[in-house]
Amino acid sequence: MTMATMIETKDLTFYYPAEEGRAATPALREVTVSVEKGSFVAVLGHNGSGKSTLAKHMNAVLLPSNGKVYVEGCDTCDEKLLLEIRRRVGMVFQNPDNQIVANVVEEDVAFAPENLGVPTAEIRRRVDEALAAVGMSEYAVHAPHLLSGGQKQRIAIAGVIAMEPECIVLDEATAMLDPVGRREVLSTIGKLNRELGITVVLITHHMNEAQQADRVIVMNDGCVAMDGTPREIFARVEELRQLGLAAPHTVELMEELNREGMALPLDAITVEECADAICRELGMA
Amino acid sequence: MLKDITLGQYFPGNTIVHRLDPRTKLLAVMLYIVALFNAKSVLTYGIMAFVLALSIKVSGVKLKALTRGLKPVYIIVAFTAIMNLFFTDGTPLADVWLLRSITFEGLRQAIYMVLRIVMLIMGTFLVTYTTSPISLTDGLESLLAPLKKLHLPVHELAMMMSIALRFIPTLIEETDKIMSAQKARGADFETGSIFQRAKALVPILVPLFISAFRRADELATAMECRCYHGGDGRTALHVLHYHKRDILVLIGFVLLAAGIITLKILGL
Repeated sequence: MTMATMIETKDLTFYYPAEEGRAATPALREVTVSVEKGSFVAVLGHNGSGKSTLAKHMNAVLLPSNGKVYVEGCDTCDEKLLLEIRRRVGMVFQNPDNQIVANVVEEDVAFAPENLGVPTAEIRRRVDEALAAVGMSEYAVHAPHLLSGGQKQRIAIAGVIAMEPECIVLDEATAMLDPVGRREVLSTIGKLNRELGITVVLITHHMNEAQQADRVIVMNDGCVAMDGTPREIFARVEELRQLGLAAPHTVELMEELNREGMALPLDAITVEECADAICRELGMA
Repeated sequence: MLKDITLGQYFPGNTIVHRLDPRTKLLAVMLYIVALFNAKSVLTYGIMAFVLALSIKVSGVKLKALTRGLKPVYIIVAFTAIMNLFFTDGTPLADVWLLRSITFEGLRQAIYMVLRIVMLIMGTFLVTYTTSPISLTDGLESLLAPLKKLHLPVHELAMMMSIALRFIPTLIEETDKIMSAQKARGADFETGSIFQRAKALVPILVPLFISAFRRADELATAMECRCYHGGDGRTALHVLHYHKRDILVLIGFVLLAAGIITLKILGL
Protein backbone atom coordinates (compact mmCIF):
# COMPACT_ATOMS: atom_id res chain seq x y z
CA MET A 1 0.00 0.00 0.00
CA THR A 2 1.47 3.31 -1.01
CA MET A 3 -1.03 5.70 0.56
CA ALA A 4 -1.29 6.34 4.27
CA THR A 5 -4.50 5.52 6.09
CA MET A 6 -6.67 8.40 7.29
CA ILE A 7 -9.45 6.55 9.06
CA GLU A 8 -9.64 2.90 9.88
CA THR A 9 -12.39 0.89 11.54
CA LYS A 10 -11.77 -2.58 12.88
CA ASP A 11 -14.75 -4.89 13.51
CA LEU A 12 -16.78 -1.81 14.42
CA THR A 13 -20.09 -2.77 15.99
CA PHE A 14 -22.50 -0.24 17.41
CA TYR A 15 -25.79 -0.53 19.25
CA TYR A 16 -28.06 2.42 19.88
CA PRO A 17 -29.57 2.29 23.36
CA ALA A 18 -32.47 -0.17 23.13
CA GLU A 19 -36.01 0.70 24.06
CA GLU A 20 -37.40 -0.78 27.25
CA GLY A 21 -37.99 -4.51 26.93
CA ARG A 22 -36.56 -4.84 23.44
CA ALA A 23 -33.39 -6.45 22.26
CA ALA A 24 -31.01 -3.97 20.68
CA THR A 25 -30.29 -4.54 17.03
CA PRO A 26 -26.87 -3.35 15.96
CA ALA A 27 -26.73 -0.29 13.71
CA LEU A 28 -23.29 -1.42 12.56
CA ARG A 29 -22.08 -5.01 12.44
CA GLU A 30 -18.34 -5.66 12.46
CA VAL A 31 -17.54 -3.03 9.88
CA THR A 32 -13.92 -3.00 8.80
CA VAL A 33 -13.08 -0.27 6.33
CA SER A 34 -10.19 2.09 5.84
CA VAL A 35 -10.13 5.46 4.15
CA GLU A 36 -6.91 6.43 2.41
CA LYS A 37 -5.42 9.86 2.90
CA GLY A 38 -6.32 12.30 0.14
CA SER A 39 -9.07 10.11 -1.27
CA PHE A 40 -12.68 11.00 -1.97
CA VAL A 41 -14.96 8.30 -0.63
CA ALA A 42 -18.73 8.27 -1.05
CA VAL A 43 -20.76 6.18 1.37
CA LEU A 44 -24.15 5.21 -0.03
CA GLY A 45 -27.09 3.44 1.50
CA HIS A 46 -30.80 3.77 2.01
CA ASN A 47 -32.28 5.06 5.29
CA GLY A 48 -31.28 2.96 8.26
CA SER A 49 -28.38 1.28 6.48
CA GLY A 50 -25.95 2.59 9.09
CA LYS A 51 -24.12 5.08 6.87
CA SER A 52 -24.68 8.05 9.19
CA THR A 53 -23.80 5.97 12.23
CA LEU A 54 -20.56 5.02 10.54
CA ALA A 55 -19.84 8.68 9.78
CA LYS A 56 -20.41 9.70 13.39
CA HIS A 57 -17.75 7.21 14.48
CA MET A 58 -15.16 8.91 12.33
CA ASN A 59 -14.65 11.83 14.71
CA ALA A 60 -15.76 10.29 17.97
CA VAL A 61 -19.28 11.73 18.09
CA LEU A 62 -20.23 8.11 18.69
CA LEU A 63 -17.92 5.59 20.27
CA PRO A 64 -17.92 1.93 19.21
CA SER A 65 -19.81 -0.63 21.30
CA ASN A 66 -17.31 -3.19 20.06
CA GLY A 67 -14.24 -2.94 17.89
CA LYS A 68 -12.05 0.09 17.27
CA VAL A 69 -11.88 3.23 15.17
CA TYR A 70 -8.53 4.83 14.44
CA VAL A 71 -7.95 8.31 13.03
CA GLU A 72 -4.41 8.36 11.73
CA GLY A 73 -3.56 5.77 14.34
CA CYS A 74 -5.33 7.60 17.21
CA ASP A 75 -7.92 5.50 19.01
CA THR A 76 -11.21 7.46 19.15
CA CYS A 77 -11.94 5.99 22.59
CA ASP A 78 -8.95 7.81 24.06
CA GLU A 79 -10.42 10.90 25.68
CA LYS A 80 -7.09 12.72 25.76
CA LEU A 81 -6.97 12.64 21.97
CA LEU A 82 -10.57 13.78 21.50
CA LEU A 83 -9.86 17.40 20.53
CA GLU A 84 -7.03 16.41 18.21
CA ILE A 85 -9.23 13.80 16.50
CA ARG A 86 -12.02 16.31 16.03
CA ARG A 87 -9.59 18.87 14.68
CA ARG A 88 -8.26 16.40 12.15
CA VAL A 89 -11.66 15.11 11.06
CA GLY A 90 -14.18 17.89 10.60
CA MET A 91 -17.85 17.12 10.17
CA VAL A 92 -20.58 18.91 8.25
CA PHE A 93 -24.18 18.00 9.09
CA GLN A 94 -27.45 17.93 7.23
CA ASN A 95 -29.18 21.06 8.46
CA PRO A 96 -27.04 24.17 7.94
CA ASP A 97 -29.20 26.19 10.35
CA ASN A 98 -28.36 23.91 13.24
CA GLN A 99 -24.61 24.11 12.91
CA ILE A 100 -24.05 27.83 12.51
CA VAL A 101 -23.21 29.27 15.90
CA ALA A 102 -22.67 32.99 15.37
CA ASN A 103 -24.73 35.68 13.70
CA VAL A 104 -21.93 37.01 11.54
CA VAL A 105 -20.41 34.73 8.91
CA GLU A 106 -16.76 35.38 9.78
CA GLU A 107 -17.43 34.96 13.50
CA ASP A 108 -18.93 31.59 12.77
CA VAL A 109 -15.97 30.48 10.67
CA ALA A 110 -13.71 31.65 13.50
CA PHE A 111 -15.55 29.52 16.07
CA ALA A 112 -13.40 26.39 15.77
CA PRO A 113 -10.00 28.13 15.78
CA GLU A 114 -11.18 30.20 18.76
CA ASN A 115 -11.97 26.98 20.59
CA LEU A 116 -8.55 25.63 19.70
CA GLY A 117 -6.86 28.68 21.20
CA VAL A 118 -5.31 29.86 17.93
CA PRO A 119 -3.79 33.38 18.21
CA THR A 120 -5.90 36.25 16.86
CA ALA A 121 -3.76 37.07 13.80
CA GLU A 122 -3.68 33.41 12.80
CA ILE A 123 -7.47 33.14 13.21
CA ARG A 124 -7.86 36.11 10.85
CA ARG A 125 -5.68 34.41 8.24
CA ARG A 126 -7.50 31.09 8.56
CA VAL A 127 -10.93 32.71 8.34
CA ASP A 128 -9.99 34.65 5.22
CA GLU A 129 -8.47 31.58 3.58
CA ALA A 130 -11.36 29.32 4.50
CA LEU A 131 -13.91 31.78 3.14
CA ALA A 132 -11.87 32.15 -0.06
CA ALA A 133 -11.65 28.36 -0.41
CA VAL A 134 -15.45 28.02 -0.42
CA GLY A 135 -15.93 31.16 -2.52
CA MET A 136 -17.76 33.12 0.17
CA SER A 137 -15.26 35.91 0.89
CA GLU A 138 -17.68 38.66 -0.11
CA TYR A 139 -20.17 37.47 2.53
CA ALA A 140 -17.71 37.70 5.46
CA VAL A 141 -19.76 40.23 7.42
CA HIS A 142 -23.22 39.04 6.37
CA ALA A 143 -25.83 37.56 8.68
CA PRO A 144 -25.98 33.80 8.00
CA HIS A 145 -29.78 33.56 8.20
CA LEU A 146 -30.09 35.74 5.09
CA LEU A 147 -28.04 33.35 2.93
CA SER A 148 -29.34 30.51 0.75
CA GLY A 149 -29.11 26.88 1.86
CA GLY A 150 -26.12 26.15 -0.37
CA GLN A 151 -24.33 29.27 0.86
CA LYS A 152 -25.00 28.37 4.50
CA GLN A 153 -23.64 24.91 3.92
CA ARG A 154 -20.50 26.39 2.32
CA ILE A 155 -20.10 28.55 5.44
CA ALA A 156 -20.37 25.39 7.54
CA ILE A 157 -17.66 23.83 5.37
CA ALA A 158 -15.49 26.95 5.80
CA GLY A 159 -16.02 26.64 9.56
CA VAL A 160 -14.56 23.16 9.37
CA ILE A 161 -11.69 24.10 7.03
CA ALA A 162 -10.63 26.78 9.51
CA MET A 163 -9.55 23.95 11.83
CA GLU A 164 -7.13 22.92 9.05
CA PRO A 165 -8.41 19.36 9.14
CA GLU A 166 -6.97 16.45 7.20
CA CYS A 167 -10.40 15.03 6.50
CA ILE A 168 -13.95 16.31 6.10
CA VAL A 169 -16.93 14.06 6.66
CA LEU A 170 -20.17 15.31 5.12
CA ASP A 171 -23.09 13.60 6.80
CA GLU A 172 -25.88 13.98 4.22
CA ALA A 173 -24.81 17.61 3.93
CA THR A 174 -26.64 18.01 0.63
CA ALA A 175 -29.91 16.33 1.62
CA MET A 176 -31.75 19.54 2.48
CA LEU A 177 -30.49 21.60 -0.43
CA ASP A 178 -32.05 22.49 -3.76
CA PRO A 179 -30.24 21.34 -6.94
CA VAL A 180 -28.31 24.63 -7.22
CA GLY A 181 -27.17 24.47 -3.59
CA ARG A 182 -26.22 20.83 -4.01
CA ARG A 183 -24.08 21.64 -7.01
CA GLU A 184 -22.36 24.49 -5.13
CA VAL A 185 -21.50 22.23 -2.22
CA LEU A 186 -20.33 19.33 -4.37
CA SER A 187 -18.06 21.46 -6.52
CA THR A 188 -16.66 23.09 -3.36
CA ILE A 189 -15.74 19.78 -1.75
CA GLY A 190 -14.39 18.44 -5.04
CA LYS A 191 -12.09 21.47 -5.20
CA LEU A 192 -10.96 21.05 -1.59
CA ASN A 193 -10.12 17.42 -2.27
CA ARG A 194 -8.17 18.17 -5.44
CA GLU A 195 -6.46 21.41 -4.50
CA LEU A 196 -5.87 21.12 -0.76
CA GLY A 197 -5.58 17.35 -0.67
CA ILE A 198 -8.22 17.09 2.05
CA THR A 199 -9.68 13.61 2.43
CA VAL A 200 -13.43 13.68 1.82
CA VAL A 201 -16.00 11.21 3.09
CA LEU A 202 -19.36 12.00 1.54
CA ILE A 203 -22.38 10.32 3.10
CA THR A 204 -25.34 10.49 0.74
CA HIS A 205 -28.24 8.64 -0.73
CA HIS A 206 -27.98 10.40 -4.08
CA MET A 207 -26.21 8.16 -6.56
CA ASN A 208 -25.28 11.06 -8.82
CA GLU A 209 -23.28 12.71 -6.04
CA ALA A 210 -21.05 9.67 -5.79
CA GLN A 211 -19.87 10.07 -9.39
CA GLN A 212 -16.98 12.35 -8.55
CA ALA A 213 -15.69 10.03 -5.80
CA ASP A 214 -12.63 7.78 -6.19
CA ARG A 215 -14.36 5.06 -4.29
CA VAL A 216 -17.90 4.10 -3.35
CA ILE A 217 -18.87 2.12 -0.28
CA VAL A 218 -22.46 0.85 -0.21
CA MET A 219 -23.88 0.15 3.23
CA ASN A 220 -26.79 -2.16 3.92
CA ASP A 221 -28.19 -3.29 7.25
CA GLY A 222 -25.10 -2.19 9.18
CA CYS A 223 -22.63 -3.94 6.91
CA VAL A 224 -20.51 -2.97 3.92
CA ALA A 225 -22.43 -4.43 0.98
CA MET A 226 -20.27 -3.18 -1.89
CA ASP A 227 -16.94 -1.40 -2.14
CA GLY A 228 -15.22 -0.25 -5.32
CA THR A 229 -14.80 2.54 -7.83
CA PRO A 230 -17.96 4.31 -8.99
CA ARG A 231 -17.73 2.56 -12.38
CA GLU A 232 -17.53 -0.89 -10.82
CA ILE A 233 -20.35 -0.22 -8.39
CA PHE A 234 -22.79 1.46 -10.75
CA ALA A 235 -22.48 -1.30 -13.30
CA ARG A 236 -24.00 -3.68 -10.75
CA VAL A 237 -27.47 -2.26 -11.35
CA GLU A 238 -29.44 -5.30 -10.17
CA GLU A 239 -27.57 -5.59 -6.87
CA LEU A 240 -28.04 -1.88 -6.18
CA ARG A 241 -31.73 -2.21 -6.84
CA GLN A 242 -31.99 -5.03 -4.33
CA LEU A 243 -30.35 -2.79 -1.74
CA GLY A 244 -33.01 -0.15 -2.31
CA LEU A 245 -30.77 2.12 -4.35
CA ALA A 246 -31.13 3.30 -7.90
CA ALA A 247 -28.17 3.50 -10.24
CA PRO A 248 -27.45 6.92 -11.80
CA HIS A 249 -29.90 7.87 -14.54
CA THR A 250 -27.27 7.33 -17.24
CA VAL A 251 -26.65 3.75 -16.15
CA GLU A 252 -30.40 3.13 -15.77
CA LEU A 253 -30.93 4.35 -19.32
CA MET A 254 -28.21 2.13 -20.75
CA GLU A 255 -29.47 -0.86 -18.82
CA GLU A 256 -32.98 -0.35 -20.21
CA LEU A 257 -31.53 -0.07 -23.71
CA ASN A 258 -29.53 -3.25 -23.16
CA ARG A 259 -32.71 -5.04 -22.21
CA GLU A 260 -34.11 -3.94 -25.56
CA GLY A 261 -31.25 -5.64 -27.31
CA MET A 262 -28.39 -3.14 -27.35
CA ALA A 263 -24.98 -3.96 -25.93
CA LEU A 264 -23.83 -0.89 -24.02
CA PRO A 265 -21.03 -0.87 -21.45
CA LEU A 266 -22.52 -0.02 -18.04
CA ASP A 267 -19.40 1.76 -16.81
CA ALA A 268 -20.12 4.96 -18.72
CA ILE A 269 -21.35 7.07 -15.84
CA THR A 270 -21.20 10.66 -16.96
CA VAL A 271 -23.75 12.08 -19.38
CA GLU A 272 -21.04 12.59 -22.04
CA GLU A 273 -19.70 9.05 -21.73
CA CYS A 274 -23.22 7.70 -21.90
CA ALA A 275 -24.00 9.70 -25.03
CA ASP A 276 -20.75 8.57 -26.67
CA ALA A 277 -21.45 4.94 -25.85
CA ILE A 278 -24.93 5.10 -27.32
CA CYS A 279 -23.67 6.88 -30.46
CA ARG A 280 -20.97 4.28 -30.91
CA GLU A 281 -23.47 1.46 -30.52
CA LEU A 282 -25.75 3.07 -33.09
CA GLY A 283 -22.81 3.47 -35.41
CA MET A 284 -23.04 7.24 -35.43
CA ALA A 285 -19.62 7.97 -33.99
CA MET B 1 -46.78 40.34 12.35
CA LEU B 2 -43.56 38.85 13.64
CA LYS B 3 -41.42 41.39 11.86
CA ASP B 4 -41.51 44.15 14.48
CA ILE B 5 -39.69 42.34 17.23
CA THR B 6 -36.91 44.81 18.02
CA LEU B 7 -35.17 42.79 20.71
CA GLY B 8 -31.49 42.55 19.94
CA GLN B 9 -31.87 44.45 16.71
CA TYR B 10 -28.75 46.06 15.40
CA PHE B 11 -28.47 48.88 12.88
CA PRO B 12 -25.00 48.67 11.34
CA GLY B 13 -23.15 51.95 11.01
CA ASN B 14 -19.76 53.52 11.35
CA THR B 15 -20.25 56.42 13.75
CA ILE B 16 -18.23 57.07 16.89
CA VAL B 17 -20.99 55.44 18.91
CA HIS B 18 -20.75 52.30 16.78
CA ARG B 19 -16.98 52.20 17.08
CA LEU B 20 -16.88 52.55 20.85
CA ASP B 21 -15.83 49.46 22.75
CA PRO B 22 -18.95 47.52 23.82
CA ARG B 23 -17.72 47.58 27.41
CA THR B 24 -17.59 51.37 27.28
CA LYS B 25 -21.15 51.48 26.04
CA LEU B 26 -22.35 49.07 28.72
CA LEU B 27 -20.61 51.02 31.49
CA ALA B 28 -21.77 54.33 30.06
CA VAL B 29 -25.38 53.18 29.94
CA MET B 30 -25.13 52.00 33.55
CA LEU B 31 -23.79 55.39 34.63
CA TYR B 32 -26.51 57.03 32.56
CA ILE B 33 -29.16 54.98 34.40
CA VAL B 34 -27.67 55.89 37.78
CA ALA B 35 -27.76 59.56 36.79
CA LEU B 36 -31.30 59.21 35.44
CA PHE B 37 -32.61 57.80 38.70
CA ASN B 38 -31.02 60.65 40.62
CA ALA B 39 -32.53 63.35 38.45
CA LYS B 40 -35.24 65.10 40.45
CA SER B 41 -35.60 68.54 38.94
CA VAL B 42 -36.19 70.40 35.71
CA LEU B 43 -32.50 71.23 35.49
CA THR B 44 -31.26 67.68 35.98
CA TYR B 45 -33.86 66.20 33.63
CA GLY B 46 -32.84 68.85 31.15
CA ILE B 47 -29.21 67.76 31.36
CA MET B 48 -30.18 64.11 30.92
CA ALA B 49 -32.38 64.88 27.93
CA PHE B 50 -29.53 66.86 26.39
CA VAL B 51 -27.07 63.98 26.87
CA LEU B 52 -29.54 61.50 25.36
CA ALA B 53 -30.35 63.76 22.42
CA LEU B 54 -26.65 64.33 21.75
CA SER B 55 -25.93 60.58 21.87
CA ILE B 56 -28.80 59.85 19.47
CA LYS B 57 -27.63 62.60 17.12
CA VAL B 58 -24.04 61.32 17.07
CA SER B 59 -25.12 57.67 16.65
CA GLY B 60 -27.13 58.44 13.52
CA VAL B 61 -29.93 56.17 14.77
CA LYS B 62 -33.29 57.43 13.58
CA LEU B 63 -35.62 58.69 16.29
CA LYS B 64 -38.39 56.68 14.66
CA ALA B 65 -36.53 53.44 15.29
CA LEU B 66 -36.20 54.35 18.95
CA THR B 67 -39.84 55.27 19.39
CA ARG B 68 -40.84 52.04 17.66
CA GLY B 69 -38.91 50.20 20.33
CA LEU B 70 -41.09 51.96 22.91
CA LYS B 71 -44.28 50.45 21.55
CA PRO B 72 -44.41 47.41 23.83
CA VAL B 73 -44.07 49.59 26.95
CA TYR B 74 -46.73 52.18 26.10
CA ILE B 75 -49.16 50.45 28.46
CA ILE B 76 -46.68 50.43 31.32
CA VAL B 77 -45.89 54.09 30.72
CA ALA B 78 -49.58 55.02 30.64
CA PHE B 79 -50.27 52.94 33.74
CA THR B 80 -47.42 54.56 35.70
CA ALA B 81 -48.54 57.99 34.62
CA ILE B 82 -52.14 57.40 35.75
CA MET B 83 -51.11 55.86 39.06
CA ASN B 84 -48.87 58.80 39.85
CA LEU B 85 -51.42 61.28 38.65
CA PHE B 86 -54.19 60.07 40.95
CA PHE B 87 -52.40 58.62 43.93
CA THR B 88 -49.96 61.33 44.93
CA ASP B 89 -50.89 63.44 47.93
CA GLY B 90 -50.76 67.22 47.70
CA THR B 91 -52.77 70.21 46.55
CA PRO B 92 -55.58 69.38 44.12
CA LEU B 93 -55.46 71.02 40.69
CA ALA B 94 -58.96 72.49 40.95
CA ASP B 95 -62.14 71.90 42.90
CA VAL B 96 -64.13 70.32 40.09
CA TRP B 97 -65.02 66.66 39.54
CA LEU B 98 -61.99 64.49 38.57
CA LEU B 99 -59.49 67.29 38.91
CA ARG B 100 -60.04 67.12 42.68
CA SER B 101 -58.14 63.85 42.87
CA ILE B 102 -55.26 65.09 40.70
CA THR B 103 -52.61 67.01 42.57
CA PHE B 104 -49.93 69.37 41.33
CA GLU B 105 -47.37 67.04 42.90
CA GLY B 106 -48.98 64.09 41.17
CA LEU B 107 -48.86 65.81 37.81
CA ARG B 108 -45.19 66.62 38.22
CA GLN B 109 -44.44 63.13 39.45
CA ALA B 110 -46.30 61.60 36.48
CA ILE B 111 -44.40 63.69 33.95
CA TYR B 112 -41.07 62.82 35.56
CA MET B 113 -41.90 59.13 35.70
CA VAL B 114 -42.91 59.02 32.04
CA LEU B 115 -39.76 60.90 31.07
CA ARG B 116 -37.66 58.58 33.17
CA ILE B 117 -39.05 55.39 31.63
CA VAL B 118 -38.90 56.74 28.09
CA MET B 119 -35.35 58.00 28.50
CA LEU B 120 -34.29 54.79 30.21
CA ILE B 121 -35.57 52.66 27.35
CA MET B 122 -34.23 54.96 24.66
CA GLY B 123 -30.80 55.00 26.29
CA THR B 124 -30.56 51.23 26.59
CA PHE B 125 -31.97 50.66 23.11
CA LEU B 126 -29.40 53.05 21.71
CA VAL B 127 -26.73 50.65 22.98
CA THR B 128 -28.30 47.54 21.44
CA TYR B 129 -29.03 49.40 18.21
CA THR B 130 -25.41 50.48 17.78
CA THR B 131 -23.64 47.35 19.04
CA SER B 132 -23.68 44.04 17.21
CA PRO B 133 -25.03 41.25 19.42
CA ILE B 134 -21.70 39.46 19.21
CA SER B 135 -19.67 42.37 20.51
CA LEU B 136 -22.35 43.04 23.11
CA THR B 137 -21.97 39.53 24.52
CA ASP B 138 -18.18 39.77 24.20
CA GLY B 139 -18.34 43.00 26.17
CA LEU B 140 -20.56 41.45 28.84
CA GLU B 141 -18.32 38.45 29.14
CA SER B 142 -15.28 40.64 29.54
CA LEU B 143 -16.96 42.95 32.07
CA LEU B 144 -18.25 40.04 34.14
CA ALA B 145 -14.95 38.13 33.91
CA PRO B 146 -13.97 38.96 37.52
CA LEU B 147 -17.05 37.02 38.67
CA LYS B 148 -15.46 33.83 37.30
CA LYS B 149 -13.46 33.79 40.53
CA LEU B 150 -16.78 33.26 42.32
CA HIS B 151 -17.40 30.27 40.02
CA LEU B 152 -20.08 32.09 38.10
CA PRO B 153 -20.36 30.51 34.61
CA VAL B 154 -19.68 33.82 32.83
CA HIS B 155 -18.48 32.34 29.54
CA GLU B 156 -21.40 29.90 29.42
CA LEU B 157 -23.89 32.71 30.05
CA ALA B 158 -22.38 34.83 27.28
CA MET B 159 -22.38 31.86 24.91
CA MET B 160 -26.01 31.08 25.72
CA MET B 161 -26.95 34.69 25.10
CA SER B 162 -25.21 34.88 21.75
CA ILE B 163 -26.75 31.57 20.62
CA ALA B 164 -30.18 32.76 21.73
CA LEU B 165 -29.69 35.92 19.64
CA ARG B 166 -28.43 33.87 16.72
CA PHE B 167 -31.56 31.68 16.77
CA ILE B 168 -34.14 34.46 17.03
CA PRO B 169 -34.48 34.88 13.24
CA THR B 170 -34.40 31.11 12.67
CA LEU B 171 -37.17 30.49 15.19
CA ILE B 172 -39.25 33.40 13.91
CA GLU B 173 -39.03 31.91 10.43
CA GLU B 174 -40.03 28.54 11.82
CA THR B 175 -42.98 30.04 13.71
CA ASP B 176 -44.18 31.65 10.50
CA LYS B 177 -43.95 28.30 8.73
CA ILE B 178 -45.82 26.44 11.45
CA MET B 179 -48.52 29.13 11.50
CA SER B 180 -48.98 28.87 7.74
CA ALA B 181 -49.17 25.09 8.01
CA GLN B 182 -51.79 25.28 10.75
CA LYS B 183 -53.75 27.95 8.88
CA ALA B 184 -53.72 25.76 5.78
CA ARG B 185 -55.42 23.12 7.89
CA GLY B 186 -58.06 25.55 9.07
CA ALA B 187 -56.60 26.91 12.30
CA ASP B 188 -57.94 30.33 13.25
CA PHE B 189 -55.62 32.70 15.10
CA GLU B 190 -57.39 35.99 14.47
CA THR B 191 -60.94 35.71 15.73
CA GLY B 192 -62.56 34.75 19.00
CA SER B 193 -62.04 35.89 22.57
CA ILE B 194 -58.58 36.40 23.97
CA PHE B 195 -58.79 32.96 25.63
CA GLN B 196 -59.73 31.26 22.40
CA ARG B 197 -56.86 32.98 20.65
CA ALA B 198 -54.42 32.01 23.39
CA LYS B 199 -55.64 28.44 23.10
CA ALA B 200 -55.10 28.54 19.34
CA LEU B 201 -51.42 29.20 20.01
CA VAL B 202 -50.90 25.79 21.60
CA PRO B 203 -50.64 23.96 18.27
CA ILE B 204 -47.93 26.47 17.31
CA LEU B 205 -45.96 26.30 20.52
CA VAL B 206 -45.81 22.52 20.77
CA PRO B 207 -44.10 21.88 17.41
CA LEU B 208 -41.97 24.98 17.91
CA PHE B 209 -40.65 23.67 21.23
CA ILE B 210 -40.05 20.20 19.89
CA SER B 211 -38.08 21.55 16.96
CA ALA B 212 -36.16 23.94 19.22
CA PHE B 213 -35.04 21.02 21.38
CA ARG B 214 -34.03 19.05 18.29
CA ARG B 215 -32.09 22.03 17.00
CA ALA B 216 -30.36 22.46 20.36
CA ASP B 217 -29.29 18.84 20.31
CA GLU B 218 -27.88 19.08 16.78
CA LEU B 219 -26.18 22.38 17.51
CA ALA B 220 -24.49 20.94 20.59
CA THR B 221 -23.10 18.06 18.52
CA ALA B 222 -21.96 20.45 15.78
CA MET B 223 -20.25 22.66 18.37
CA GLU B 224 -18.46 19.68 19.88
CA CYS B 225 -17.34 18.63 16.42
CA ARG B 226 -15.74 22.03 16.11
CA CYS B 227 -13.74 21.41 19.26
CA TYR B 228 -15.88 23.45 21.63
CA HIS B 229 -14.94 22.57 25.19
CA GLY B 230 -16.05 25.51 27.29
CA GLY B 231 -14.37 28.86 27.77
CA ASP B 232 -10.96 27.62 28.89
CA GLY B 233 -8.16 28.54 26.53
CA ARG B 234 -10.45 30.19 24.00
CA THR B 235 -9.08 32.98 21.88
CA ALA B 236 -11.06 35.49 19.82
CA LEU B 237 -11.18 36.74 16.26
CA HIS B 238 -12.01 40.22 17.52
CA VAL B 239 -10.13 41.22 20.64
CA LEU B 240 -11.59 44.13 22.59
CA HIS B 241 -9.36 47.16 23.02
CA TYR B 242 -10.01 50.37 24.93
CA HIS B 243 -9.12 53.42 22.85
CA LYS B 244 -8.67 57.04 23.81
CA ARG B 245 -12.29 57.78 22.82
CA ASP B 246 -13.50 55.08 25.21
CA ILE B 247 -11.68 56.67 28.10
CA LEU B 248 -13.02 60.12 27.20
CA VAL B 249 -16.60 58.86 26.95
CA LEU B 250 -16.30 57.01 30.24
CA ILE B 251 -14.90 60.10 32.00
CA GLY B 252 -17.79 62.06 30.52
CA PHE B 253 -20.40 59.69 31.90
CA VAL B 254 -18.72 59.44 35.32
CA LEU B 255 -18.82 63.25 35.48
CA LEU B 256 -22.46 63.19 34.39
CA ALA B 257 -23.49 60.78 37.15
CA ALA B 258 -21.41 62.61 39.75
CA GLY B 259 -22.78 65.96 38.59
CA ILE B 260 -26.41 64.87 38.75
CA ILE B 261 -25.94 63.36 42.23
CA THR B 262 -24.24 66.56 43.42
CA LEU B 263 -27.11 68.66 42.06
CA LYS B 264 -29.56 66.36 43.84
CA ILE B 265 -27.73 66.80 47.13
CA LEU B 266 -27.67 70.54 46.61
CA GLY B 267 -31.41 70.35 46.04
CA LEU B 268 -31.33 71.83 42.55
